Amino acid sequence: MSSAINSALFGWYPYLCLTVFLLGSLIRFDREPYTWKTGSSQLLRKRQLRWGSNLFHVGILIIFVGHFFGLLTPVWLLDALYISHGFKQVLAMVVGGLAGVACFIGISLLAHRRLFDPRIRATSSFGDTAILLLLWLQLTLGLSTIFVSAQHLDGHEMVKFMSWAQGILTLQPAAAGFVADVSPIFKAHLLLGMTIFLVFPFTRLVHVWSAPVWYLGRPGYQVVRTRRSLKPAGREVIAARRPRRDAMTIRPTHQPAE
Amino acid sequence: MKIRAQIAMVLNLDKCIGCHTCSVTCKNVWTNREGVEYAWFNNVETKPGVGYPREWENQEKWKGGWTRKANGKIEPRIGAKWRVLANIFANPDLPEIDDYYEPFTFDYEHLSTAKESRAFPTARPRSAITGQRMEKIEWGPNWEEILGGEFSKRSADANFEGVQKEIYGEFENTFMMYLPRLCEHCLNPACAASCPSGAIYKREEDGIVLIDQDKCRGWRMCVSGCPYKKIYYNWSSGKSEKCIFCYPRIEAGQPTVCSETCVGRIRYLGVVLYDADGIEAAASAPDEKTLYEEQLKLFLDPNDPAVIAQARADGVPDAWIEAAKHSPVWKMAMEWKIAFPLHPEYRTLPMVWYVPPLSPIQSAAAAGKMGVDGDMPDVRSLRIPLKYLANLLTAGDEEPVALALERMLAMRGYMRAKSVDGRIDEALATRVGLTGAEIEEMYRVMAIANYEDRFVIPTAHREWSEDSQDLRGSCGFSFGNGCSGGDSELNLFGTKKPKKATNPMEIA
Repeated sequence: MSSAINSALFGWYPYLCLTVFLLGSLIRFDREPYTWKTGSSQLLRKRQLRWGSNLFHVGILIIFVGHFFGLLTPVWLLDALYISHGFKQVLAMVVGGLAGVACFIGISLLAHRRLFDPRIRATSSFGDTAILLLLWLQLTLGLSTIFVSAQHLDGHEMVKFMSWAQGILTLQPAAAGFVADVSPIFKAHLLLGMTIFLVFPFTRLVHVWSAPVWYLGRPGYQVVRTRRSLKPAGREVIAARRPRRDAMTIRPTHQPAE
Repeated sequence: MKIRAQIAMVLNLDKCIGCHTCSVTCKNVWTNREGVEYAWFNNVETKPGVGYPREWENQEKWKGGWTRKANGKIEPRIGAKWRVLANIFANPDLPEIDDYYEPFTFDYEHLSTAKESRAFPTARPRSAITGQRMEKIEWGPNWEEILGGEFSKRSADANFEGVQKEIYGEFENTFMMYLPRLCEHCLNPACAASCPSGAIYKREEDGIVLIDQDKCRGWRMCVSGCPYKKIYYNWSSGKSEKCIFCYPRIEAGQPTVCSETCVGRIRYLGVVLYDADGIEAAASAPDEKTLYEEQLKLFLDPNDPAVIAQARADGVPDAWIEAAKHSPVWKMAMEWKIAFPLHPEYRTLPMVWYVPPLSPIQSAAAAGKMGVDGDMPDVRSLRIPLKYLANLLTAGDEEPVALALERMLAMRGYMRAKSVDGRIDEALATRVGLTGAEIEEMYRVMAIANYEDRFVIPTAHREWSEDSQDLRGSCGFSFGNGCSGGDSELNLFGTKKPKKATNPMEIA
């Protein structure tokens, strides 16, 4: 692969993908909140979903955490903690492999359900099916890399990816060079991974942003919304329900007497 | 004490004729859309029966409502917050659409386009989900209409608990009643509690429980949390939807569509003042049978000067306090004690209440063998078993339901004596703990049921929250990005475009 193409794909393309990923998500969240959803089809068909969805989600969450810390932990920190590159490589292969297999079984069940269950197929959008197949392909590529990694158990290939990912995030122009000579399977995995970031805001994947972990910290159970001012009586009345930027001038500044 | 006001509803089951007008008008206004064809914000079931969705009252199966823990605290029956999140990838307590019914339409077009044939053309059903032919329709929102189906299946009805139900399968002993059902707009809604996104909320000013469609993410825990199964997951929009108590109408002082169109005039709407600080304690009462009484204690007398002063301090408008004084709901629930919450044992403190139905006197009593007390038959000889009504309305406590039925019978007896015999039977009123004047008032509200007696709805104070100058000429009631959904063919975020109406006529 010529260095120009390599630079475009692994030096420039990541920034395109990250920009669309972040801006696209923000615009959708702001302008189209009604479309921001998980898109669950459990109501229409339970079959295959309990195993499929649980295996897929648990697997992919482990894989996500693994990639996040695996790629973005600085190399000097690893060295400072006396974690050998070889150990990290094997850890990644074993944990990632197990989670990957679970995820693979799950997503295969989900894909089968989406393509061959008449109800699910009829109610799927193009995006629903496409993102599922993209993820399936990406997972297959990711699992295939284990066999490549098995030939580099000392972890030096892995350090290339760490350097690349950290180079991209720290805006180093030469980051693409780190992955210039890796196996084509890895390159395909990286490219498809970046593409998933690119299409992320336009698919149901946006529900990832809304993982409702805050629920655990919600005080009590009930939610009550008021339209009245929560400030003491007699003060300026401002709608508590939704802050409004306009029309403040024509709003009576004092609550009219009953 | 923190006083809030709620628009509550009472349905007088004694007058429900099961015509489904409420359901149909509601459907046409609110759920006549893709994704909610199967959803009925209001449906009328024939009881006894397992209902819609199937066995919705079986909380062993669906895990709706609240459960009281050993330490006296309550939590949703589907589990603590961590368990709700642990089940978020696949909710084990979610009904499938077949538990409601697979929505369908008919091939009406075939009736006009069929070629000449020996057999008369028919309109066969077709799934509204897949568009495929449906050979057999299995269930619906009123499938057991007028006791349709076998008794063995209908008798799975959870309200038969503690009733020797076998004899009610016999033709001579059979009984039925209608139960129109809608969202209960609970004081302690289990749906809101189980929503991980916090999208379901109760409005402080009128108690209506709503789902913020922009905040709902479709985690679908509310569907399981609600013990009445009155939250519906819209499979097309991916959001949950529920009865909105026609809040745009309520805000304007108009009754809900179901109430407005009820031909039997069985529905009542009125303001109830309640103590919001007492909700948790009331919902956590140790004995299920006391939950009805505990909820009554939350309701506050709008004629009490102390209550009025506190209500004003808590921001309840004077118009609402005035409406509370004339509230038919207050009269029926608190003064006459003839209206009851639906399944108080779910600990949701529901705010749509029901007047139990009278029923014909059993043949044994009619033959003089049992249970006639003076002019008035014993309510235990009515055809609908008292225990059944108590299981439905008071967590099994028969006494309050018996008193309500006696009062309704006394009202009939009193008014019959007055209008037929021309005498005032004050003793009859006294026997059920009422005065003649109260009975006349009951008669006016329940039997005559004039429009202004049924619906006492103060308008909302819109000026607190919205600027009507700003709203003028705006989009109106709509989903998502309102009427500016974009016009390009490239639909980036998957918003649904409004379908253009088509007229399926053949072009000759």
